[in-house]
Amino acid sequence: MNVAAEAFAERPAISPAAGSESVVHARALTKRYKNTVALDGADFEVGSGRIVGLIGPNGAGKTTALKAILGLTDFEGDLSVLGMDPRRQRPQLMRDVCFIADVATLPRWIRVNEAVDFVAGVHPRFDRAKCERFLARTKLQANQRVREMSKGMIVQLHLAIVMAIDARLLVLDEPTLGLDILYRKQFYQSLLEDYFDENKTILITTHQVEEVEHILTDLMFIRDGKIALATTMDEMGARFAEVLVNPDQAEAARALNPIDERAAVFGKSIFLYNSADPEQLARLGEVKRPSVSDLFVAIMKGTYA
Amino acid sequence: MNAIVKSPFAWLLKREYWEERRGLLWSQVTVAGILIVLSIFGIIAAEVARVRMGGDIHIVSGGDLSQALQNAASHNSEGLAQAVGGMMWTFGLFAGVVLSFKLFFYLLGALYEDRKDRSILFWKSLPISDTATVLSKVVTAILVMPVIAVVVALAGFLGEMIVASIWFAAHGLNPFTLLWAHATPWASWLHMLATIPINAVWALPTIGWLLLWSAAVRGKPLLWAVMIPVVAGVLNSWIALLGLPHVNIQFFWSNLVARPLLSVIPGSWVTDYVAQQGGTINIQPGNISGIDAHLGSYAAMYHMFLTPNMWIGAAVGIALIAAAIWFRRWRDEV
Repeated sequence: MNVAAEAFAERPAISPAAGSESVVHARALTKRYKNTVALDGADFEVGSGRIVGLIGPNGAGKTTALKAILGLTDFEGDLSVLGMDPRRQRPQLMRDVCFIADVATLPRWIRVNEAVDFVAGVHPRFDRAKCERFLARTKLQANQRVREMSKGMIVQLHLAIVMAIDARLLVLDEPTLGLDILYRKQFYQSLLEDYFDENKTILITTHQVEEVEHILTDLMFIRDGKIALATTMDEMGARFAEVLVNPDQAEAARALNPIDERAAVFGKSIFLYNSADPEQLARLGEVKRPSVSDLFVAIMKGTYA
Repeated sequence: MNAIVKSPFAWLLKREYWEERRGLLWSQVTVAGILIVLSIFGIIAAEVARVRMGGDIHIVSGGDLSQALQNAASHNSEGLAQAVGGMMWTFGLFAGVVLSFKLFFYLLGALYEDRKDRSILFWKSLPISDTATVLSKVVTAILVMPVIAVVVALAGFLGEMIVASIWFAAHGLNPFTLLWAHATPWASWLHMLATIPINAVWALPTIGWLLLWSAAVRGKPLLWAVMIPVVAGVLNSWIALLGLPHVNIQFFWSNLVARPLLSVIPGSWVTDYVAQQGGTINIQPGNISGIDAHLGSYAAMYHMFLTPNMWIGAAVGIALIAAAIWFRRWRDEV
């Protein structure tokens, strides 16, 4: 474990989701496969009405955590989702939980109208009129099959179905993988405009951190099966700071225990601080809020080394 | 009724139908269509031969074609009725063969294909229990597919009768008095319908066995499902050959190899039925009355429900289906 990760380990890795009830509650969540430990006693909390990004390198346990939440895999430890045990109450749970697990999971043989009919038939919370409104904005034809669609169109269909379900938790696992920029922007835009409200919670994993950064309210970093950082975006802005430091100030900057240092242009360096005194930092150089991806890289340093 | 049609389970069956429409319906329609087209070819060949021979083709005992038909109609009405009845069974037989293959591969793929293409993640995002999902596949196999097969067989028969009627009419014969009056397909057809419940219970061990491998393996369900019983059968026979303690070879092959693999063949319980009567069946080409006789009486057919083979197989089948449900619950993409 590197220094940065150690610095967070002593803090309780729980996002304080300001006074709201928790939608997901996990304690000592552990999942062992034959040769590896995918989840190693992870503790976390997802509050209601939040948009939480679960971010981690490949193999860190993101997908396993989501599968545990969705009742798709067995695990050790405590996990409750909307007050239910996902292992034993999966069918009931799925009335209130929706998920899109990457782009191409709609069956290739199904037609648009069949998919809508089917979900309308089996899902008590599905609003058909709403779904048809969403579909009307796209170029999808009622009798078009999924196998005749581009990836972007498949996602439009999937999203139209999912957004018409009045669920309390929406889980998105790499929902925009392999889509072009227009579809990706449209995807998150629709989620914010037509779906999200204070009664809904969205949990997203993605590699494309830059794209979700501005819509997240909470952030969780996962590493080696443990939660390495859990914070709200507001708290992150208050806690972490990035300073662009001239070479002559570099020694002074290092003395303040930065969690990361990286080179910038003209011999300058960028230092990243956790809970440092803002006044001291201001004396070193220009202070700004770090991007999620820079923070991620700093905390995950050494993961693949 | 409306509540049943709109229930989530009915939607699961509808989903199976949508997905398997090609396999379920169109393969049956194609085969029935081919049979009709072949008979049209036969009629054309006969007509062409008649014209070439200057209207003097001799069929069996003399006379031209029209006369032959006339003779057959007037002197051998029983034979004609039998031919018409046989026609129904021919369509039924071909539908049964198609159904056997479709069922076998449908069951092997039913819980595997959606894991392979990852669409299981979509199905599992909906509030449907794994039990309901697996049972919808079972009901599709024991009820939906056989009913479609029997209905298409009847439609094929009616199509064939229309072709024959046109042919009769073209020779100045009245198809209504000669053909349709003898047409007693209903009895044969109702018998086919009546075999569906017997086939269903008889097929349970194969349904369970194939669904189990379909739900459990990470690849090649066909190989697992077929190799395990066949290799075990060969080993058992080999051990027997060495003179070591073994399971009775005949018992092993019929109950531990054929039952889990071939019981989806409609009417395959007839062999068991005949064996119990201490007889053998001897099917000659063109004579399916051997089977017909055993299928002929409802009492004989439903006697199968009094045999232990039926119920032990059903119990094993249900246990295998339960195991398939368990695997469906915990296995995800391959």
